[in-house]
Amino acid sequence: MTKDDGFAVSRRGVIAGGVATATLGGTAVSAQTQPVQQPAPTTMPVTFKVNGRNTKIDVDTRTTLLDALRETMRLTGTKKGCDHGQCGACTVIVEGRRINSCLTLAVMHEGDSITTIEGLGTEEKLHAMQAAFVKHDGYQCGYCTPGQICSAVATLDEIKNGIPSHATSDIAAKPGVTTAELKERMSGNICRCGAYSNIIDAIHDVAGTERTA
Amino acid sequence: MKAFTYERAKTPTEAASAAVRNPGAKFIAGGTNLLDLMKLQIETPQHLIDVNGLGLDKITPTSDGGLRVGALVRNTDLAADSRVRADYAVLSRALVSGASGQLRNKATTAGNLLQRTRCPYFYDTTKPCNKRQPGTGCAAIGGFNRNLAIMGTSDACIATHPSDMAVAMRVLDATVETVDAAGKARAIPIADFHRLPGTTPNIETALAPGELITAVTLPKPIGGTHIYKKVRDRASYAFALISVAAVIQPGNRGRLAFGGLAHKPWRVEAAEAQLPAGAKATAAAVLAGARTTSQNAFKLPLVERTIGAVLEEAKA
Repeated sequence: MTKDDGFAVSRRGVIAGGVATATLGGTAVSAQTQPVQQPAPTTMPVTFKVNGRNTKIDVDTRTTLLDALRETMRLTGTKKGCDHGQCGACTVIVEGRRINSCLTLAVMHEGDSITTIEGLGTEEKLHAMQAAFVKHDGYQCGYCTPGQICSAVATLDEIKNGIPSHATSDIAAKPGVTTAELKERMSGNICRCGAYSNIIDAIHDVAGTERTA
Repeated sequence: MKAFTYERAKTPTEAASAAVRNPGAKFIAGGTNLLDLMKLQIETPQHLIDVNGLGLDKITPTSDGGLRVGALVRNTDLAADSRVRADYAVLSRALVSGASGQLRNKATTAGNLLQRTRCPYFYDTTKPCNKRQPGTGCAAIGGFNRNLAIMGTSDACIATHPSDMAVAMRVLDATVETVDAAGKARAIPIADFHRLPGTTPNIETALAPGELITAVTLPKPIGGTHIYKKVRDRASYAFALISVAAVIQPGNRGRLAFGGLAHKPWRVEAAEAQLPAGAKATAAAVLAGARTTSQNAFKLPLVERTIGAVLEEAKA
């Protein structure tokens, strides 16, 4: 059990090893430009509230919030897609705002309140957005879904709070829940299966609005 | 990612001093660009100075009727500020045309100015790049350079600056405020903040080592019709092929700044006198001295047509 659960010998280990080997050339290059010695790996404590629970962990300073959630806290609902802020699979809500958890360090979140997909609803009592994704078939493989749902929940809050988007025709006016607004605001969440249309239906359903041209 | 030590700075001067004490240090605020580059070992800081606690996250009026935007104001908050939407709409428009909702929630005003190029060869550590490793050459010249610069380039580098926000700030004549380790403040006009590549494309801004951006100030509003037109390969969440930030006044007088053309936001003040004569004359003046490749020469007519579209929109 521990072997299976420990992520010790796994595909990811093999892949990580492969990547390290592949970038050795690059490492040597940057070592030449920056003669200053890298310090030894350092760990630091960080305390934050995850899904309402106060949590204190010790992490290597390099640990992203995403890796802290998945590897340290075993909250594996949040997914690692590209790990470079391009796909949105790692979207979580921090201090009420959606962010890419792969592009932020765990140690930068001292005292923050973090909501992951596990904190939005439970199996018995789904969040309205989770229920709408099920009802409208807003996914196929499901890998991007936790990020899509966190992003969708935050998107409706952003519109409610009057935050403009590229699709807002009058930048000084309060935006509405139009289909164009939802498509634009959800563009940071990629779905390889192409469930976009049903995702938009699900968000409209939760907002109580109809599709617009 | 290479190992690094980490500290949280309490004041701007303390942050600048920490950077001077640790030559391999970097400031981190939003981190959306820096951490990406650290994962790829393009950036390998030995020490990170977290500046999020410096309190530079407010937008306040200036004594001459403008706005002072704190260095840590998030892109979302700057775009959503009612004063910015009313008086500097080109800036709101530019901000919301960049990145994704998630990234704009994290990315800061200063960090946006300091983001690195998206030239594919800067990102590819197996290829020469004078910006990443001075003296190795430029793989982009003669490589895949469809989206790279055509203005102000050099034989060492044809990278572009990727920011939309900075292009709008250039058209608004913003000023970048900084502080150094001795506590000395400095104001740098946005026109002088970013550098052209020349022989040292690795040096991208006028900042001295350890100098910290504290704010960007916007002069008093100038009225006019504010337009930000971004042309890109996807309708959303893509960098510009070219972009135009415009403030057009009655009679087609106005100002234009361009993204996607150069190593810095590109503005030719003399060309703006051509605006009443139309897009063709204006584009010719903006693009004087352009150096294109077979892949990016399409940017020349694209600039003219986009200026045309801006003037049409201003008329409407």
